[in-house]
Amino acid sequence: MSRYFTDEHEWIDVEGEIATVGITDYAQEQLGDIVFVELPAEGTTFDKGDDAAVVESVKAASDVYAPISGEVIETNGALEDEPALVNSDAEEDGWFFKLRMTDPSELEGLMTEAAYKKFVASL
Amino acid sequence: MTATDNIATLEESLPLEALPLDAWHRARGARMVGFAGYHMPIQYDGIMAEHGWTREHAGLFDVSHMGQLTFSGEGVDEALELLLPSDIKGLKPFRQRYSMLLDRDGGILDDLMVSRLGDGAFDDAAIYMVVNGATKYDDIAWMIEHLPDAVIMNHMADQALLALQGPEAGEAMAVLVPGTAELTFMQCGAFEWNGVPLWISRSGYTGEDGFEISLPADAANAFADALCALPQVKPIGLGARDSLRLEAGLPLYGHDLTPAVSTIGADLGFAISKRRREEGGFIGHGRVMKELADGPGAKRVGLTIEGRLPAREGAQIYVGDVQVGDVTSGGFAPTVGAPIAMGWVSLPHSAIGTALEIEVRGKRIGAKVAPMPFVPHNYRRKA
Repeated sequence: MSRYFTDEHEWIDVEGEIATVGITDYAQEQLGDIVFVELPAEGTTFDKGDDAAVVESVKAASDVYAPISGEVIETNGALEDEPALVNSDAEEDGWFFKLRMTDPSELEGLMTEAAYKKFVASL
Repeated sequence: MTATDNIATLEESLPLEALPLDAWHRARGARMVGFAGYHMPIQYDGIMAEHGWTREHAGLFDVSHMGQLTFSGEGVDEALELLLPSDIKGLKPFRQRYSMLLDRDGGILDDLMVSRLGDGAFDDAAIYMVVNGATKYDDIAWMIEHLPDAVIMNHMADQALLALQGPEAGEAMAVLVPGTAELTFMQCGAFEWNGVPLWISRSGYTGEDGFEISLPADAANAFADALCALPQVKPIGLGARDSLRLEAGLPLYGHDLTPAVSTIGADLGFAISKRRREEGGFIGHGRVMKELADGPGAKRVGLTIEGRLPAREGAQIYVGDVQVGDVTSGGFAPTVGAPIAMGWVSLPHSAIGTALEIEVRGKRIGAKVAPMPFVPHNYRRKA
């Protein structure tokens, strides 16, 4: 399994044709206390860059874009009861949705963990 | 991700200024944002934790961005009664009142606190006023236009303003300034701490007991340090200030109150005394009297929201296919444990209990007109 990162502060775990998407620990830290996560319906298809989810913190609503094109095959139901999972475990249990990728070549432009760390340090 | 933060509105045209406690906030790990033209702390530990701390203990807020003004000179009461709908002539020394500036059409230019000084505070001025930070320069220009030459208005730009709020604010403040134990809600007075002159009122913007402390900017660091050295006190950012005031049902100028809305619709008629209603003689009186007689077109109301999805400022309020209002403030309410909102709805739909719908990202969520405050006020009133 390989993990990729975007400059919109999302992480993507890729296993075969399935990509699991969440927001990074840096992102949750910036957003603060998360009180609601609006997830896409299973079966929704996204082009890279489409609005895919919305994270509501105490103060603000923030869009999460599809980092890659694909069809939603599963969403993280645990976030419905416990949106704060995104704060406590953003990069594992706080995942948002799983996509069946339609164009895995889109992964090529994404960052590795080391590159993302460097990117965050530059902000 | 793109965050659209409601209150961290950057005024991109002007460089942000630093307030007296700028370095103090940064040293305590505050995340700073642009607000009302200044760098201000939005949070330290997190909004939920800071909100909860203020409801249980005491939170220290830096509100030095607000405008602090004094008025003195011959005929000052009469002059201010032209500008404010409140009873100024009947305002006794060491008493504070909530009031507002109205335009000629009765629209709200700002809301503010006004108090009568005493004990020689602020160079023997007669009246002290605190106005909103984002509007202070417009307020000053408006008042200059309407004040006679004999009345002197002084903008105290070198004065810091702190607020200590929460059920333990009284005991914490009494450690540093014992005399404040005598103050009850909306009373104020001149005090001293280590030789520093303080003007302190028992009031605030959280619904909790507490104080607002005006002091020279060069003493603000030491006083804030002394307060935060007490076990009851932690610094609190603007984020929790907003969620606390929303739960307390208190309107935020520029959001819930604007020049487009009126005092009576805003449910702020309590600020206008019987004498002032009858006698008039203040700018905007016509609108007030008309709305007292005929009712306002729309009212400011509280809204409880079904489910967990917050409805935020700008969301439209519906009955069926008809838009009947807008959300003007909204978010997750930490003490309530659910989303709440404040909004303006047309009069026929403003009664407590009225079922409404709010559109959030194309979806309708259920809402109900609710009494405010959402969390009971905990003021220390005179027995």
